[in-house]
Amino acid sequence: MNYDVNLIFQIAGVGIVVAMIHTVLKQMGKEEIAHWVTLLAFVIVLYMVVNVVDDLFQTIRSVFLFQN
Amino acid sequence: MVHIEILQIVGLGLVATFLALIVKEHNPSFAFLLTVFVGVIIFIFLAEQIANIVAMLEELAESAQINMVYMETILKIIGIAYIAEFGAQIAKDAGQGAIASKIELGGKVIIMVMAIPIITAIIETVIGLLPN
Repeated sequence: MNYDVNLIFQIAGVGIVVAMIHTVLKQMGKEEIAHWVTLLAFVIVLYMVVNVVDDLFQTIRSVFLFQN
Repeated sequence: MVHIEILQIVGLGLVATFLALIVKEHNPSFAFLLTVFVGVIIFIFLAEQIANIVAMLEELAESAQINMVYMETILKIIGIAYIAEFGAQIAKDAGQGAIASKIELGGKVIIMVMAIPIITAIIETVIGLLPN
């Protein structure tokens, strides 16, 4: 399994840190900014995940569907 | 060294489960992305293993002189079944049972369409066997 397993911890870490930032910003009364921060972090993590999903689709294509 | 790899998969799954459990409390969407990520990694890993099996099957089919079109169709159907199952599970995990059912339906329909040449060949053979 030569895949970047560290990315799992990275995603979990981003999730926890963003939750913390969200709470702090909420306490400060800046709820809009808190929501934007969450959304931005979600998009960043989504980008990471989508890259891997693309990789999966390429692999499936080359293994099962005989296309390169 | 294939037997070691099951330990890797189980370890990865357990670690991801714990992390998702923790993250889910604060941020469910990130837990979902984590699940998708781990699922994809395991799937890619397994696809590399399945490539070995596919190569072996192709060799067998070639030595048995089976028409490669049928072989390819069957392998494609297997691939469609796997990927549709994967997508449906992910959608179901996110609480979208309806979308999951549609993905499964799509998989079934496309498998049916891909099997048309094989079914046609079978029917033609049967009709040819029938006496006039």
